Amino acid sequence: MSEILSLNNVTFSYTPEDHESRNAVENVSFAVQEGEWIAIVGHNGSGKSTIAKLMNGLLYPQQGDVRILREVLTEENLWESRSQMGMVFQNPDNQFVGATVQDDVAFALENNGVPFEEMVKRVHAALEQVKMSDFLDHEPHHLSGGQKQRVAIAGALALKPKLLILDEATSMLDPQGRGEVLQTVQTLRAETGLTVLSITHDLEEAMLADRILFMNDGKKFAEGTPVEIFALGDKLVELGLDLPFAMKLSKLLQKEGVPLMGQHMTEEELVNDLWTSNFNK
Amino acid sequence: MMEKMIFGRFLPGNSPVHRLDPRSKLLFVFAFIIIVFLANNTVTYAMLLAFTLLIVFVSRIRLYFLINGLKPVLFLMAFTFLLHIFMTREGALVLDWKYIKIYEEGIRQGIFISVRFLVLVFMTSILTLTTSPISITDGIEVLLNPLKALKVPVHELALMMSISLRFIPTLMDETDKIMKAQMARGSDLSSGPLTDRIKAVVPLLVPLFVSAFKRAEDLATAMEVRGYRGGEGRTRYRKLKWDMGDTFALVLLVAIAVLLFFYRT
Amino acid sequence: MDIKLQQVSYAYAQGTPFEKRALFDVDFEIPSHTYQAIIGHTGSGKSTILQHFNALLRPTSGEVHIGDRIVVAGKKAKDLKAVRQKVGIVFQFPEHQLFEETVLKDIMFGPMNFGVSEQEAEARAKELVDLVGLPENILEKSPFDLSGGQMRRVAIAGVLAMEPEVIVLDEPTAGLDPRGQKEIMDMFYNLYQERGLTTILVTHSMEDAARYADNIVIMHEGKNVLSGTPQEIFKDVETLKNFRLEPPRIVRFQQKIEQMMKKPLQKVCLTEEELASEVARMLREERAES
Repeated sequence: MSEILSLNNVTFSYTPEDHESRNAVENVSFAVQEGEWIAIVGHNGSGKSTIAKLMNGLLYPQQGDVRILREVLTEENLWESRSQMGMVFQNPDNQFVGATVQDDVAFALENNGVPFEEMVKRVHAALEQVKMSDFLDHEPHHLSGGQKQRVAIAGALALKPKLLILDEATSMLDPQGRGEVLQTVQTLRAETGLTVLSITHDLEEAMLADRILFMNDGKKFAEGTPVEIFALGDKLVELGLDLPFAMKLSKLLQKEGVPLMGQHMTEEELVNDLWTSNFNK
Repeated sequence: MMEKMIFGRFLPGNSPVHRLDPRSKLLFVFAFIIIVFLANNTVTYAMLLAFTLLIVFVSRIRLYFLINGLKPVLFLMAFTFLLHIFMTREGALVLDWKYIKIYEEGIRQGIFISVRFLVLVFMTSILTLTTSPISITDGIEVLLNPLKALKVPVHELALMMSISLRFIPTLMDETDKIMKAQMARGSDLSSGPLTDRIKAVVPLLVPLFVSAFKRAEDLATAMEVRGYRGGEGRTRYRKLKWDMGDTFALVLLVAIAVLLFFYRT
Repeated sequence: MDIKLQQVSYAYAQGTPFEKRALFDVDFEIPSHTYQAIIGHTGSGKSTILQHFNALLRPTSGEVHIGDRIVVAGKKAKDLKAVRQKVGIVFQFPEHQLFEETVLKDIMFGPMNFGVSEQEAEARAKELVDLVGLPENILEKSPFDLSGGQMRRVAIAGVLAMEPEVIVLDEPTAGLDPRGQKEIMDMFYNLYQERGLTTILVTHSMEDAARYADNIVIMHEGKNVLSGTPQEIFKDVETLKNFRLEPPRIVRFQQKIEQMMKKPLQKVCLTEEELASEVARMLREERAES
């Protein structure tokens, strides 16, 4: 497994001359391996969106470096690096450039000078992957938020990137839209082993990841599997996040004196434990 | 209110006119506007009218929409018609009542002018009704391409136009939302003294502008991340295809021009 | 102040070839001092309905009674300002309506449009900034210098400053992080409890409807199809499925527990706390019996 992306001791400040203000990102290091799904979580202002911008060269760190496929990201290899990453942003409307769905998916291909026949193939293949093939000539204002984000994903996939970055891609969507997008990403991973990095404050999304990076006040607060991270329990709530439903219920039940063993992330685990701890007589 | 506006008045369809390349339609209408002035007698005007109605028939556009297109110029049409009726004093006297004298030539000229208005409006309406705004932009871009040699930023202008077009429905929706939100806070654009109503435009325009700038910023970032760095080395996804139908349309135009030329006085 | 919808239908672009019916003979009542939730799939008519509550839209047939005012189809209603003051609407992403130079001026905009004096409006602004959880020094700042969450609170304060009798909330937590969501919903619930502010929550979130509402109205394809207390509504999973809705997590989990224990709990639980204590109680009973 190769390393797709890494941040190495990255420090960044929006106001470097102002020594009073704190750094937006402070000495952060992490690596994304091929095939992984990493989630970066944290409250608004924790530095997660700044990290997204550092990852694709919209910002350059004052200290440390960002490496794409083990090469340090610089202005010289910027465009080459960007073609290896696909990014989906938060606002479904403000990234939709094309007049129709297929035009928008083709945008990145046009920018990279891909020949016409190849473009047509890739556009159709990408839309097939996100299940939007029936919407080729639809205009954006006739699409729901979830549909627009799926088109954005198709647009990112058209360049056959090594990494898909979702920057709060589900925050502005209704529950159905969120479900559609997450389902799409999961299917993509199952079918193609796509590497995904998602920046989010949505628990459900974070729980789908292989590893979670928890940011707080610009620093990396914790890194680990979802189980390890959610074991931090109340600390998460203190730092502005929420706990999975099963975990919340589990704590409440234990407070009411119901005997249970350990923490539970999923409802199945909780139901099973309730049974074994209370009914297996 | 917003839902009553059909943007660009484009009505999707599959008629032969819909399927024409936008370039041929643009050239056709442009040339037609000039050819119209070749007509100067009953025969030629009748030919023009017949030709126009033929195109309307082939495009399968409902007359309702074309007549709607006439509404803005109806006043002008009626005005020039009446001007001719009462002012042109040639030909046989048709009506003599008190001090109103109407001559045959006045009626003829009045009708001719009205027909001219009608065919111009109908033909340009057919253009916008059968061609999506984005096709029109594409057509204009390709037709203006030669200007690149003169350092005119044709690609950038076309991209600006296509992005603006794409956002018009979105911005219209947003305007509606902001208007409703401010109305819900007691803002009143439709009643009260004029100065108040002008002031009531501020709570509508400021949020709209702020959001438009944010959109522009977000969009520029997204475009950059998706590899946009100007027109150099870009390929085109939306291709225009010129085929027999387009050549035929232009041939038809030349034919009508020739006919008009022969039959005019 | 009650709001009644009687056989209300609404069609967009009426009379043009693009006419589109959005509401079909909608008929229900919002009694004073209650907390109602209106739930429905996107396209069910929720947003069309809420615009009838303060006469932003006039029905194309039927009547809307807002307190003493009656808005009837066909007749252009005059002087709707009073209605707009009494029924305040917090639209989705309300931060998009901010426009003034300072937060203070923006909050004062609403009340002053309704004839409230400058002093009174300023006093209300100061009180409300605290209520929505913002520091007083924010009043002098430009609304555009604030974070998204802060802007939203300012917008909410601007609507509350009108001192409406009814407040309509259109997806008030859209786009907020979990903590922000809880704070906003708790704030409105407190207003409801402490001041009796009639509250209408239009939402996708079954969880919020379960937790806060006294009564739920379900909209489906332009018609109100179901109405009742949360317990009544969420019991019938099959019917909800027909309307492409799912009961809240809590209810679904309760069903898993009931399946496991092979008997029902005493009531339909609407919050995690309720469910925890119900399950604990039941387990204690089971152990006592055995």
